[in-house]
Amino acid sequence: MLNKLYDWIDERVDITPLWRDLADHEVPEHVNPAHHFSAFVYCFGGLTFFVVVIQVLSGMFLAMYYVPDIERAWDSIYHLQYNVAYGKIVRGMHHWGASVAIVMMFLHTLRVFFQGAYKKPRELNWIVGVMIFLTMLALGLTGYLLPWDMKALFATNVTLNIIESVPLIGEPLRTLLAGDSVITGAQTLTRFFAIHVFFLPALLFLLIGIHFFLIRRQGISGPL
Amino acid sequence: MKRGKGMKFVGDSRIPATNRKPNIPKDYSEFPGKTEYFYPDFLLKEWLVGAVFLVGFLCLTIVGEPPLEREADPTDSSYIPMPDWYFLFLYQLLKYSYASGDYNLIGVLVIPGLAVTALMLAPFIDRGPKRRPKDRPIATGFMLLAVAAIFYLTWEAVVTHDWETAKQQGLISEAATEDIEIDTTHPGYAVYQAQSCIGCHGTNLEGSGSNPPLIGTEKSKEEIMDIAVNGIGSMPAGLFTGSEEELEQLAEFISSIEK
Repeated sequence: MLNKLYDWIDERVDITPLWRDLADHEVPEHVNPAHHFSAFVYCFGGLTFFVVVIQVLSGMFLAMYYVPDIERAWDSIYHLQYNVAYGKIVRGMHHWGASVAIVMMFLHTLRVFFQGAYKKPRELNWIVGVMIFLTMLALGLTGYLLPWDMKALFATNVTLNIIESVPLIGEPLRTLLAGDSVITGAQTLTRFFAIHVFFLPALLFLLIGIHFFLIRRQGISGPL
Repeated sequence: MKRGKGMKFVGDSRIPATNRKPNIPKDYSEFPGKTEYFYPDFLLKEWLVGAVFLVGFLCLTIVGEPPLEREADPTDSSYIPMPDWYFLFLYQLLKYSYASGDYNLIGVLVIPGLAVTALMLAPFIDRGPKRRPKDRPIATGFMLLAVAAIFYLTWEAVVTHDWETAKQQGLISEAATEDIEIDTTHPGYAVYQAQSCIGCHGTNLEGSGSNPPLIGTEKSKEEIMDIAVNGIGSMPAGLFTGSEEELEQLAEFISSIEK
């Protein structure tokens, strides 16, 4: 049945080459923890991606309850956490996922660095990787404000003050991010929400797409 | 099964591909060493690792409740802010005298900027063909130094932070969430208002910052009378200046409020 369906689609769309590109490749011995236990270091990148998937899914469910408005934001989180069934788990996954993603990404970066895996021809993929790292940090930063609790507001205030202290671009950048040159308020929350939920994920998906494309194109680096 | 045999279009100018690479996967015997297929052999192993990881991760979310402090109050100027743990090293950096104040630019832009640029350009700085860490001591050395600095700064930020006060200042007060009815017509409430109590403990006895809420104190009338007169903790003595009768009304009022 499934084969027939596959053939039906393949006859019209020719998906077999696509499937080959995606999944039909061999995995060398030196990255396979089944053969060398120390190869578990090659898991960090994949696990980072796994956590990103968790973040996207749990974020989608959070968005079902969250209201990006200073009057209601905190109440919606409170409601989600203490009244909604499994709300605590969903929010917990998103909260802890952020930390675990950073840890995994840090380990993945160190693995690539200390193995010298960024050397020719993989320089471009390393740069894309660093950009992913910065995007993830920005996601962490913007997500911090969204619960609109004391910690969120005051930590974001500090961040915005730091941004403001940068010469030349500091003040316009602060206004762009916060929606106002002085107040951290309603505008800031909606902007951070938009950045956290739309802009940065779009950027992240693009970068991860390039990252994976380059890995498939160049293959994994050889053993040391 | 005839997979990937190419398309045949009806009434289309495109010619079905005939000179494509044959879409037949290589035989296992052609792989070097213990190389194996990604799909399905290796993917299954990845799946298992993912499953174990997910179980661990879910345990973490069950054990550690995601923190939620009280609703943001921009007027509370006494709040000591604290970033998320993975920004603590940057936060700590800005506390040093040569990275803050007049030298703010060094802490805000120069050091982080240099670090990120160096990280980004690492493949162009570390160009040699050698890959083992000990064969490229400069790259390895600088990275170890950076990692050590990050760990040290994070550690310093953690040990110098007053976690107990931080926890107190963020607590969600019960009155704000449980909607406890405060009987404002009680004579004790009038005393509560007239004496300075209301300034620190709030209109609804909800407390603020390190000043505790007075709801459900589980203290007896006598204990409350004693605290009002002699103070407790950071609350100084002699705040209560009313008569004995008023003191009793106040204590009765506060001890009557239960959670």
